[in-house]
Amino acid sequence: MRKMLAIIAAKISIILGKILGKKSSSTPGTIARKICPDILKHLAKQVKEKTILVCGTNGKTTTTNLLYSLIKNEGKEVVCNNVGANMLDGITCAFVTKASIFGKLNADYAVLECDEAYLRHVVKHVNADRIVITNLFRDQLDRYGEIDATVKLLDEAFSNIKNDFELILNGDDPLCAHYADKYKAKFYGISEDKNLKKNEIKEGRFCLKCQSELSYNFCHYSQLGDFYCPKCGYKRHAPHYDAVNIDLDNKMKFDIKYNNHTITLDVNYKGFYNIYNILAAFSAYNELGLDLTNINNVFNSYKPQIGRMETFRINNKDVILNLSKNGAGFNQAISTLINDQREKDVFFVLNDAPSDGTDITWLWDVDFEYLKNANINSIYSGGIRKDDLAIRILYAGFDNVKVMDNTKDNLKDIIFASDRPVYLLVNYTALFDTQNILKSLEKSSK
Amino acid sequence: MKLTIGHIYPDILNLYGDKGNIVSLSRRLKLRNIDFEIVIIEDKIDFANIDILILGGGSDRDTLIANNKLQKQKDELKNFVESDGTLLALCSGYHILGKEFKINEKAIDGLGIFDITTKQIKNRLIGNIILECECINNTVVGFENHNTITDIKDYTPFGIVKYGYGNSEEKTYEGLIYKNTIATNLHGPLLPKNPRLTDYILNNALNKKYGDVSLSPLDDTFENNAHDYIIKRFLKNSVN
Repeated sequence: MRKMLAIIAAKISIILGKILGKKSSSTPGTIARKICPDILKHLAKQVKEKTILVCGTNGKTTTTNLLYSLIKNEGKEVVCNNVGANMLDGITCAFVTKASIFGKLNADYAVLECDEAYLRHVVKHVNADRIVITNLFRDQLDRYGEIDATVKLLDEAFSNIKNDFELILNGDDPLCAHYADKYKAKFYGISEDKNLKKNEIKEGRFCLKCQSELSYNFCHYSQLGDFYCPKCGYKRHAPHYDAVNIDLDNKMKFDIKYNNHTITLDVNYKGFYNIYNILAAFSAYNELGLDLTNINNVFNSYKPQIGRMETFRINNKDVILNLSKNGAGFNQAISTLINDQREKDVFFVLNDAPSDGTDITWLWDVDFEYLKNANINSIYSGGIRKDDLAIRILYAGFDNVKVMDNTKDNLKDIIFASDRPVYLLVNYTALFDTQNILKSLEKSSK
Repeated sequence: MKLTIGHIYPDILNLYGDKGNIVSLSRRLKLRNIDFEIVIIEDKIDFANIDILILGGGSDRDTLIANNKLQKQKDELKNFVESDGTLLALCSGYHILGKEFKINEKAIDGLGIFDITTKQIKNRLIGNIILECECINNTVVGFENHNTITDIKDYTPFGIVKYGYGNSEEKTYEGLIYKNTIATNLHGPLLPKNPRLTDYILNNALNKKYGDVSLSPLDDTFENNAHDYIIKRFLKNSVN
């Protein structure tokens, strides 16, 4: 009875939210859990096949959505919090949405994005069969304290799991790969050096096991690469899912080698980091033993989530919106800007609301200096912390940086002033507003 | 004129964009046509050839590694500080200068440059912070994120806390200043939006080496805007 009440109340809240046009994807979950604290456990155990959790600093949402699309494409029923609310309430909301008011869930699989700090709570309610860890970068240090603390929180989560489970780890990340010592795991990785290596901040510079400095045969970005510890011998494991023959010149093309098989993926994505997202989704998918015939189609028809190098056509030119929420994300976006050789304008937006992270000192870990190679005409700094951002850009050698808010009028002026493509790199709370502005500009320019 | 700036273990002590301080110091020297050299210190500090030392902050694990490495040169570092060498220590770089600091309840011998101690507390003291600093007769703005309180005993604090926490949960004083050393919880890129403090540090080092040096003024519009934004946002309701 309580369960029914919880589900009904939550469903009403979902409908109300829709009427009010709110984007809240966790409030109904909060309500349901208040009325019936066991609701998530009750619903989650009805998943017929497997439950896969996706965790890690960057790439969670894309990986979750890709995996969801792959499974869904096989005609399966899937529970997924694909709107990005990734704490207990958001996950509960995803289950409630899918359940009948009588508390019956019709789902073959669950694919759940989960916040790193909440995984230890989520695994108490949800039977996690597989857990994907995409990477661990410094992100919102003001929330988690520091990266070591996140490494420990995940370990605590894994030790809380009573059922049999397997990890799917980014094997190129020394901060992820070590979990294989204690838990059953498969690795994915990129075994081809694309010479992206930059002199940027590495997170896991030191061996987690013996504290000495790690060495690299090659390094893709941040701490991701073919690492080894010269002292204790901890090193990258040969990936079970290995990306090779990578071609980034036009579209993105690469092979995944696994179990004596090779599959070629040919997709229309931007950004080297998306190879990791695709690898993560593919590895998790293949472990489920489902059919692989259609995967290229699924990958190709996948619409990137809002603000993941999302392209708008305005005034007959490309306006590209990207969510860059931390140092590693910004550095990756900068690499993408360098790869696009067209002359371009760039607008950075930095807010510091709690969901962005109130500490913006990581700005100085971003290699804005590399933007010198990105063929930039005009560069703008906006958002709540536009003044801090402007100093960073100025100190990177752009004396012409202009400081202004990312209002509709300002964006319109910039977009209509030239035929150069415009990149907007924004952090979290600036994303939805900026997207709305671009949508409306796109609509009115058609 | 030439200054040599030593960045101590940037590979280890780089938790929060510490590179910003080096960029600020070098930019303000460059704009004034003063020669400088940045020395990345990975192992031993060559004190005889260093004018300014920057000691940043790290995670608990990295702080222990740095503290262990620096133990071998603690007497030389003490001598550097006592003989008016210029040192800026931030975050856990501040804590290891003391006699003792604690990590996970374990007491650890610091470098003993100052007779101060740092303990860990349950809460993390996180947020923007504003200080009134006598040394520059101006405000200093920054960000703190520590789960520590530091007892500086009779030392002079670096600043009076106007907003934020500082050395203790009581929100009174922050950091310490002693001769040409500034040690503070304010982490990472402290200098970019505190140009007066940056110049104060540069002046200390230049004065020691070359006698009375006066620095030419620079256009600090960007820097001051970022500084004043923090003051306006957090101090508007609490003007004394």
